[in-house]
Amino acid sequence: MTQAKKITTPLDDNKVMQLKAGDSVLITGYIYTGRDAAHKRLIELIEKHLELPIDIKGQIIYYVGPAPAKPGYPCGSAGPTTSYRMDPYAPYLLDRGLKGMIGKGLRSKEVIDSMKKNKAVYLGAVGGAAALIARSIKKSEVVAYEDLGAEAIHRYYVEDFPAIMIIDCEGNNLYETEPPKYKKC
Amino acid sequence: MRQISANQIKEKVKELFLKANYHIDQDLMQRLEKALKEETSPIGKSVLQMIIENNKIASKEEIAICQDTGLAVLFIELGQEVQITDGDFTEAINQGVREAYQEGYLRKSVVDDPIFERKNTRTNTPAIIYTDIVPGDKIKFMVLPKGFGSENMSTLGMLTAAHGPKGVVDFIVETVKKAGPNPCPPTILGVGVGGTADKAMVIAKKAIARKIGRHNQNEKYAAMEKEALEKINNLGIGPAGLGGRTTTLAVNIDYLPTHIAGMPVAVNVCCHAARHAEGIL
Repeated sequence: MTQAKKITTPLDDNKVMQLKAGDSVLITGYIYTGRDAAHKRLIELIEKHLELPIDIKGQIIYYVGPAPAKPGYPCGSAGPTTSYRMDPYAPYLLDRGLKGMIGKGLRSKEVIDSMKKNKAVYLGAVGGAAALIARSIKKSEVVAYEDLGAEAIHRYYVEDFPAIMIIDCEGNNLYETEPPKYKKC
Repeated sequence: MRQISANQIKEKVKELFLKANYHIDQDLMQRLEKALKEETSPIGKSVLQMIIENNKIASKEEIAICQDTGLAVLFIELGQEVQITDGDFTEAINQGVREAYQEGYLRKSVVDDPIFERKNTRTNTPAIIYTDIVPGDKIKFMVLPKGFGSENMSTLGMLTAAHGPKGVVDFIVETVKKAGPNPCPPTILGVGVGGTADKAMVIAKKAIARKIGRHNQNEKYAAMEKEALEKINNLGIGPAGLGGRTTTLAVNIDYLPTHIAGMPVAVNVCCHAARHAEGIL
């Protein structure tokens, strides 16, 4: 793999356009967490034209429901959850300025189209590498929906969070381009 | 009758769930190391390195291997000469799960109503418990914290005799192909053939815990396991679905007698973090 690209949050169009599918990326800065239950609530607010509890403009949402932190640790094990469950919700957030999503697994055509339209990226974290990934999470606080427990929206401060650029803002998709290279008939 | 107290059962269940969630078995670690040596994709190699490193960190620090510490599944063989004293068998098991998940900093992932409220029970219970009554005066436990990224990719095919072994292998390969990167490859597949729709899936789930490198003792089934594994790894999906030669680490097929009219095939998909632990009282 090539040298990792270091990026800092928040993101903007310029930073997003420099990220290409296949890049190895190290993220530093604040990122937000969210999975099924939190997304459902956010989209209910959007549909009612109400304000969101977090300003998502330029931000990255990490699809994760962390394990509880052991004493002395800022965060418990925190690997990505499967992204397709957030597909029905993601375009709403992308339309409101969300610039990045971190997860694992396939995305729908609607999400990819919305990413192209809104200039956003989809990054992959390695599923199941949760204890290793947690080492890059230096601070964690719940910022919304505390009642959801692990599914609450957390704000993480991360340093060199390891990710792979899977789908860039032009729609290039590593899940489509890589596996055929290793296919044998 | 041999007496075993509910408290002993609770303590054993707790111990096994903590062990399973922190420590990956050596046979699986060795299989991952082998895959790392053989993998030709640079991204695939880096993914495998991260997985191996992750498992070492989790084991050393006694923290969860994966944040999805799973639904608590147990396969229990209860000796018919055992008398359980001072409590309720099922409640003792659930209490063991509660304590492991609470005291071991494991995620609670159970919701009470699957469709409407979906309210977290905050205890990771109820556990899914399968009990077989067997001869003897012991209780044998096999615990399997099952993550749902992979569970969601599981399939059931009500095939018929005409499909034959080729139909079964094709069904297994198709399951993996459709799942793509979602179940956290490299995966381990438990396959159950025969029985009923429900029983096929139960034996498929149990097959996930088979020691890596062991094949079905029936040569015909062992040959199917090898053929399915080769075909799957030829798909090119690779570690994390980012391309490579390591998509699945093992295909474990078990079978049961079935009805003259059918051939149920259940594929229970498990991620590379195939966690399980066994113990006896």
